[in-house]
Amino acid sequence: MAVVWRRARLVERVPQNATARTLVFTVPGWPGHLPGQHVDVRLTADDGYQAVRSYSLAAPADGNRVELGVQAVPDGEVSPYLADALPVGSEVEVRGPLGNWFVWRPGRTEPVLLVGGGSGVVPLTAMVRAHRQSLSRGAFHLLYSVRSADDAWYREDLADGHPDLDVRLVYTRKAPPGTARAPGRVTAADLAEATAGLLPASPVYVCGPTGFVEAVGDLLTGLGRDPATIRTERFG
Amino acid sequence: MPDTAAHLDGNCLAGPLSEILSVEATDAWWRCPECARSGPLAELHVYGPEPGLTARCPGCAHVALRLVREERYVWLTLGGGAGAFRFAVA
Amino acid sequence: MNSFSPGFQGRARQVADKLPPGQYPTESFPVLSAGPTPKVPVESWQFTVTTETGRTHAWTWDQMMALPQQETVQDIHCVTRWSKFDTRWRGVSLDTFFEDVETAADYVVVSSYGGYTTNLPLEDLLDGQAWLVHTFDDFPLSPEHGGPARLLVPHLYFWKSAKWVQGIQLTDEDEPGFWESVGYHNYGDPWREQRNWGD
Repeated sequence: MAVVWRRARLVERVPQNATARTLVFTVPGWPGHLPGQHVDVRLTADDGYQAVRSYSLAAPADGNRVELGVQAVPDGEVSPYLADALPVGSEVEVRGPLGNWFVWRPGRTEPVLLVGGGSGVVPLTAMVRAHRQSLSRGAFHLLYSVRSADDAWYREDLADGHPDLDVRLVYTRKAPPGTARAPGRVTAADLAEATAGLLPASPVYVCGPTGFVEAVGDLLTGLGRDPATIRTERFG
Repeated sequence: MPDTAAHLDGNCLAGPLSEILSVEATDAWWRCPECARSGPLAELHVYGPEPGLTARCPGCAHVALRLVREERYVWLTLGGGAGAFRFAVA
Repeated sequence: MNSFSPGFQGRARQVADKLPPGQYPTESFPVLSAGPTPKVPVESWQFTVTTETGRTHAWTWDQMMALPQQETVQDIHCVTRWSKFDTRWRGVSLDTFFEDVETAADYVVVSSYGGYTTNLPLEDLLDGQAWLVHTFDDFPLSPEHGGPARLLVPHLYFWKSAKWVQGIQLTDEDEPGFWESVGYHNYGDPWREQRNWGD
């Protein structure tokens, strides 16, 4: 496997919420990827200074088309530039696909639980979309933790009501009117509900900020899930 | 026990290691020589990326590997001691 | 002009009088770590200086606090390119710890709670160039910034200013520390931009 830097042209930028964007690039020679994998993006300043950051792929393989989720971090060096300044039509460099652990392989048929916190839903969305395309019979369950309804990504793809996806939204700060669950962090009760449809060996994918991933991992093992079935990806 | 404030995990080593390894490394199996915990490279706790990447056992924080990228080189140690390998890269 | 990422500047890397080459100024105080933050209660804290012959000088927290204290204002420069001006610290000059230490060694390895190490020439710790500090901006130094006590050697890149400092070993040979053994410069002078091994 030779992982090389490839030119990537920005062709579309889609706002997901006030600070989050999905960026669609075309990457000539892109070898394809698995849902859950990520890429490294390299930016180069005029004086030769370079910065490299990792971003998750938000959609299954689709020819040369690569979709990334970018959350603008206040005072960040790279993410605000990608989120709002990089002109559509211009190029960056990407390296990938990367990662072979936090992936879901289409063709698997067991039920799966995805647990996402904030922008941690990006690689999980690639899994949901790939699952939908594959017409897999295994049920997909998603537990998605966001501060408020305005902070959710991919509201159409991840809406409850798709027959192949069972969605539970957890609002940590502010719930929309009519929501039964009081706002607050993911609890053991939330995870007990979300895991009810799983088999003992069903895989669980957890992605989000480090503290979120640690807390969810502890709650899941506390509920008796085998740690070997839990795959995690942490950021910032 | 390690705290949870600052670390990422071994998934983020995939790109840096791809510069010097020809096999995707994140599902490589590792056993901690200190506490005997085992698991994939992807589950190591990784501190960094600056000034370098330090991957540690999620159980006892024993150093599993260190990687530093500079302009023309990747430096790698397996374990926490001295004796780094310096790879010339583009 | 390169053809990638038009308009990307990165953080400002201009040179000013107080700014070593390749650095940018920051008002914040970034936290970089190579491992979990050690929790070191001052009740069990100890600082040692061990000579090349194996003689150990040790101070408890109370003994260290009873030594003459100095306040110092310094510019600090991190190899990850941020510089922070006029940082205010309180602690004990390394000259004080070395007053009664008999040594012919030229180098030291500084070691920290948590396992971190860094190496320096002994002369860079003496003559008012280095401190063991426990207070930053009038507050006890927080664990994330190296509390209860860290080394402060402001004329070298900040990785030399070991957090959670535990002891100093005098050595005849220069032994690369944690970052020095994976490509970072053995000396680390920011004004000569000694970042990496070959610089």
